[in-house]
Amino acid sequence: MTAVEERPAAELGSPRLRKEDQRLITGRTRWTDNITLPGMHHLAMVRSPFAHARITGIDTGAAKSASGVVTVLTGADLKDEQGALPNAWAIIPEQKAPEHPSIAVEHVAFAGEIVAVVVARTAAEARDAADLVDVDYEELPVALDLKAAAADEVLAHPDLGTNVSAFWEFDSAAADTGGDVEAAISAARDGGVLIEREYRQQRLIPAFMEPRSIAADPTGEQLTVWSATQVPHFVKIFLALVLGIPEHKIRVIAPDVGGGFGGKLQFTPEEVLTVLAARRTGKPCKYTETRSESLVAAHHGRDQWQKITLAATKDGTVTGLKVDLVADMGAYLGLVTSAIPILGAFMYNGIYKFPAYHLSCTNVFTNKAWTDAYRGAGRPEATFAIERVMDELAAELGMDPIAVREKNWIKHDEFPFTTVSGMQYDSGNYEAATAKAKELFGYDELRKEQQQRRESVDPVQLGIGVSTFTEMCGLAPSRWLGSMGYVGGGWEHASIRMLPTGKVEVITGTSPHGQGHETAWSQIVADRLGVAFDDVEVLHGDTQIAARGLDSYGSRSLTVGGMAVLAAADKVLEKAKPIAAELMEASVDDLEFVDGKFGVKGTDTSMALGDLAFAVFQGHKLSAESEHSLDADATFDPLDFSFPHGTHLCAVEVDTETGRSTIRSYVCVDDVGKVVNPLIVEGQVHGGIAQGIAQALFEEGVYDESGTLVTGSFVDYLVPTAADLPAFVTDRTETPSTTNELGVKGVGEAGTIASTPAVVNAVVDALRSFGVNDVEMPCTPHRVWSTLQGRAADTPAAPHSAQSTSMSQEGQA
Amino acid sequence: MIPAAFDYHAPSTVDEALALLAEHDDAKVLAGGQSLIPVLRLRLAAPEVIVDLGRIEELRGIREDGDALVIGAMTPHHAVETDALVAEHAKLLALATATVADPQVRHRGTIGGALVHADPAGDLPAPAVALGAELVIAGSGGRRTVAAEDFFEDLFTTAVGEDDLLVEIRVPKHTGWGAHYEKFTRVVQQWSIVGVAAAVRLDGDSIAEARVALTNMGSTPVRAAAVEQALVGQPATAEAVQAAAAQAAEGTSPPSDSNGDAEYRRHLATVLTRRAVLAAAGA
Amino acid sequence: MTRITVNVDGTSYTDDVEPRTLLVHYLREQLGKTGTVVGCDTSNCGACTVHLDGRSVKSCSVLAVQADGHEVTTIEGLATNGELHPVQRAFHENHGLQCGFCTPGMIMQSIDLLAENPDPTDDEVRLGLEGNMCRCTGYQNIVKSVRAAAGGAK
Repeated sequence: MTAVEERPAAELGSPRLRKEDQRLITGRTRWTDNITLPGMHHLAMVRSPFAHARITGIDTGAAKSASGVVTVLTGADLKDEQGALPNAWAIIPEQKAPEHPSIAVEHVAFAGEIVAVVVARTAAEARDAADLVDVDYEELPVALDLKAAAADEVLAHPDLGTNVSAFWEFDSAAADTGGDVEAAISAARDGGVLIEREYRQQRLIPAFMEPRSIAADPTGEQLTVWSATQVPHFVKIFLALVLGIPEHKIRVIAPDVGGGFGGKLQFTPEEVLTVLAARRTGKPCKYTETRSESLVAAHHGRDQWQKITLAATKDGTVTGLKVDLVADMGAYLGLVTSAIPILGAFMYNGIYKFPAYHLSCTNVFTNKAWTDAYRGAGRPEATFAIERVMDELAAELGMDPIAVREKNWIKHDEFPFTTVSGMQYDSGNYEAATAKAKELFGYDELRKEQQQRRESVDPVQLGIGVSTFTEMCGLAPSRWLGSMGYVGGGWEHASIRMLPTGKVEVITGTSPHGQGHETAWSQIVADRLGVAFDDVEVLHGDTQIAARGLDSYGSRSLTVGGMAVLAAADKVLEKAKPIAAELMEASVDDLEFVDGKFGVKGTDTSMALGDLAFAVFQGHKLSAESEHSLDADATFDPLDFSFPHGTHLCAVEVDTETGRSTIRSYVCVDDVGKVVNPLIVEGQVHGGIAQGIAQALFEEGVYDESGTLVTGSFVDYLVPTAADLPAFVTDRTETPSTTNELGVKGVGEAGTIASTPAVVNAVVDALRSFGVNDVEMPCTPHRVWSTLQGRAADTPAAPHSAQSTSMSQEGQA
Repeated sequence: MIPAAFDYHAPSTVDEALALLAEHDDAKVLAGGQSLIPVLRLRLAAPEVIVDLGRIEELRGIREDGDALVIGAMTPHHAVETDALVAEHAKLLALATATVADPQVRHRGTIGGALVHADPAGDLPAPAVALGAELVIAGSGGRRTVAAEDFFEDLFTTAVGEDDLLVEIRVPKHTGWGAHYEKFTRVVQQWSIVGVAAAVRLDGDSIAEARVALTNMGSTPVRAAAVEQALVGQPATAEAVQAAAAQAAEGTSPPSDSNGDAEYRRHLATVLTRRAVLAAAGA
Repeated sequence: MTRITVNVDGTSYTDDVEPRTLLVHYLREQLGKTGTVVGCDTSNCGACTVHLDGRSVKSCSVLAVQADGHEVTTIEGLATNGELHPVQRAFHENHGLQCGFCTPGMIMQSIDLLAENPDPTDDEVRLGLEGNMCRCTGYQNIVKSVRAAAGGAK
């Protein structure tokens, strides 16, 4: 027997080292691509090189007769069984969308769309044969530029008759959540201040580190599908709905999954085709994408134009905000493509008490990879726009950007607060977070240095960027989702199994892919049930084990899934209590549960939960009518969202000679409510900030004029490394959420949402004395320099080695 | 991704390698493989035969030969970067090599591979030109020596013919010269947007001699001859160097790509040349 | 097919491989060393980093035939007798990983970095890891882990 480990007084709030690390640091991981089954076939995809074309012929003869090839499948082969990929969120009933096939039949609408699938005995043979598939295309005109596409100049899907998928509006006067924005704008024109800006949310690529991979085994009674996905439960139900496979004949497993960031919140063509190939051949089949395929064909994120009109009085009080969005859907609607801009629609008013608000959004198709969730999903866009424009208002009025925010933000004693977009903010303390951040940052000293550099016309200018963000976390109350047109719910499920030896299995419907749920859920359960942290095992990501669940995205896992775990633990105790009373021959009313034991009040008689579990296992002393199990299931459906917030401050040095922006310091104070594990929370913030900085400075998915993705490898899609990023100073304030018992809010997306405007505000602030009031993202050296020269950076879309096909001899890098 | 199939040969002498190249029409030479293998994986190239130079011991190593350092073509970047002779006599080369790709790549990639690859954005051609390196090429007709300025013929094209091998790089000693390689990228691991290789010999406070060459300002490395001449006899001050560096973009034809257009690159060349020369002069 | 003999994590293996087989595919598919992973096609991401004769390399940019007669160490060969390598331990203790996909490569490169520079500054750690991408951690705790491992090794 090992000694019982001494537990900290409370697991909640303790910086527990992660349970999941052991296998990850020793290479004992289970990535989908590791899975090898007897007789397994391998798939290679043939993808369209054209952004828009009609397929006029496919010759698979040479490929079919190549070494090791089992079969080659085309759209013609699969058109009657492939169904259509789903869009789960019609933002208006009359939303338009083209049919979304997994494999193109006659028409391709973006470069990278699958036109043939080679099934072979080895991955190498599959790839070899894919090169032998001969496809004839008749090229069609391409719709690429978002604004031109919105005007239907060229149609991405001629059969649809328009590129506009939907037009969605929110008006605070109509919704009775505020006043009339046009009146506010008129008033501002007449003696107030009106700020009108247009911002570009460039296209981003989630670029999770593990490429997507799927293995499908059709040889058992249930079809078993392993997928590198965030959403195994979605995959299961959509395999049933799309392919007509009875749901109870499907098992989906998300084994170790290497990051997602929304990019693996999808039901993919590759999943459908791997399953169809397995079904056709009767053999296990596996497909693992290359990085290039991942960049070209896994869904992208962002890609919007934002027209912002802010009305204010001369003292800096905002009187109205009007937002007009054009959002690029890309070629198709994925799972929640259409709703991404709408998820931001309620957040443009940020942390502020605006009296009037109007938002319109036009969803538009183009011949590019489809967009969908990417970390933050709509909220980074909203936060960027409002935090950028609040800085513009400050500049216009000659006010400090923090002062102008303070004038408009909700004060800590005004919560709960119903905003102009109709959201009820649970709690927060913007004053406290901002004060702490300013102090850590040395705000006043940096402002002084900035002034000196401006006065001396230092070639290296200093800019200070402010971002005071909030976001809606915990997707989502099912009733709200229903009211918004989403087909699913937003609850979460958990089970707890009390094992005879007193150990505990927790089954969660969330599907972690780096977030540390195994550790955090163990902490929650250890506290609630009074068992040791190491005596808890958290199981997830296999629909045979975690039969119910709605998976991980939208900063929902703790606020919804963690609460379900807590509820299940409570149910275990509820079930255990009468049994304990029976075994100890006491009245239920006389029992109390303390430190993992049921005790009879006023006596020293007690029984540990583990002993109770063993007694239940034996059943010797239980009545025949008793349920011989302490196990419990629970669901949790949130009452409302939670609204974490924070103040992020960034100092950027801009070399005006080269245009390079270098982050000198980055400070953030986040308030994510109560914290289960501060180590994990801090890590989430770090990673989030890095991705937000990457949007501000480095990353952009670029297409050339023919619709080819120029940034189709990591040579050109610039994911920053350690050498490109600064150290972050992170701290927290803690204002508990009032919408859940744990008081938690959600942290997965916070850093990404907050950091982008902080960085861009800093870059613009550095250049403000040159008359600059915007730099388009990413703020590349070329863009910054061109802005300083007073001209647009007309950067040609060409990769580094467009010329490199004629490589001569050897290798360097 | 997986390369297309090929036949593989790993000769142990230069002569064997040359014989293999003469024998096979569609052969590619594998030096470090740090560009070639990714290209094979992406199937941008699918040669029938790969001739791997990795087992030819005579192509590795750094030695002195009178007024020159002789670097074997298969010497890995990491060895060049950390070699005491290179640090003493060709510091510019060591500094530029340290900016190539990343540490793992520098363990495998070789100086000869990088030079023959001749990527305009590669970091070694410019210092080779600046230092007046001579490249020794072995072919069926014996060995010949080509000056670096003549070696780079076009994008990815050098004086090394299909059946030839680059075997040695002879770098004239620049002992006591100050040196700096100024590389400009958006992220550290990236290929150069523009790079400037500068070496200067000071006589007291003034510049006695200067060598400046530019990376990615044309299809081949560009010798900034006008800058070199303008620097001679000048004090190593910001003003004097700036005046000379203003001519850095003369005679260049830089590319336009996602990282910047030609005009921006021409501007960068002047700024980076000033910085490189000042750093080389220790100013 | 070409016959090769490679010592991997202390065990000598002799196998027939196609010349085009990448070292990483040989490790994963023929030897079952799936701890080493593939993250890209262009040698940018560093997820596949292993040691070849004691120095870090990207195993996606080395052919298996090139490793013939050489020694390879992977993430799976670091722990001895169940005892974690100090760098592995430091990544755990400093929350230097989240999804863990980049972690084997990060750890292998960190070990190489510390072999060359046993007491690096933050900036030296960052530059030494310029060939390894991580999408989860923002690198802060990776840098901290490497610094901690350096301190622990003294």
